[in-house]
Amino acid sequence: MASMERTFSLHVPSSTENLSMIRDFVKSIGLQSGMGDLEVAKLELAVDEACSNVMEHAYGSDSTKEVSIRATVDDSSVQIEVIDTGKGFDPEAVEQPEVRDLISDKRTGGLGMRLMKSFMDEVHYEMLPGVKNELKMIKRFPRRDAK
Amino acid sequence: MANPFSIHKSTEQGLSVLALEGYLDAHTAPEFEKAVQAEFEAGRVRLVVECSRLNYISSAGLGVFMSFIEEIRAAGGDIKICGLVPKVFQVFDILGFSALFDIVPDLPAAIQRYTEAPVKET
Repeated sequence: MASMERTFSLHVPSSTENLSMIRDFVKSIGLQSGMGDLEVAKLELAVDEACSNVMEHAYGSDSTKEVSIRATVDDSSVQIEVIDTGKGFDPEAVEQPEVRDLISDKRTGGLGMRLMKSFMDEVHYEMLPGVKNELKMIKRFPRRDAK
Repeated sequence: MANPFSIHKSTEQGLSVLALEGYLDAHTAPEFEKAVQAEFEAGRVRLVVECSRLNYISSAGLGVFMSFIEEIRAAGGDIKICGLVPKVFQVFDILGFSALFDIVPDLPAAIQRYTEAPVKET
């Protein structure tokens, strides 16, 4: 049977007070897709981290800007794209140090990226700073035909 | 509003208990940071962060634990973490917090932990 693909979009002003709305959006999609609570929580967190990065870094807390989240669901996975037009960054330049090292260096950066990569199956970036930056994350569903 | 988060402060057997409730994210983390800062500045460095009503944490919330732990331990105190629900625990766990912080099941266990190991050895 052909896979049925559905797409959902949310556009919010770039302000951290909207993170809860973004999480609710992602949570609804995860639950509707039949994901378990712990997996939905991972999806929520990964998207929250991506959007927090955009709000605080790409847009420098400028709430006149907009963050777009697009979710595409099919039988095998949910794909989330977080889109902004901010200054972007080089994802390869973002370190992912151990928490122990961050504590001793008195830094906390890089944790969000680690969480995204830990909790999602794939994380990709396409950056055109000032034009369009797109972070794409994929979470695959466990095989449902294994009964 | 949309990001409900609150902190209930109390004292248990000489320990400062901060009970977190709701959603700890980039929007609400500054409130938690202020609360820990206030305890530290008042010389109350034996802290328990009780999380049984905490529904959510992101890296911004984790960063608060990370940014204070060294000075609090240097002052002879610690931050014991208790009551984590599974979906919050998995965030601490994936980053290896269990090796760096005392994470215990509940408040009585946190109080007990202070008698056994006032500062976690890492």
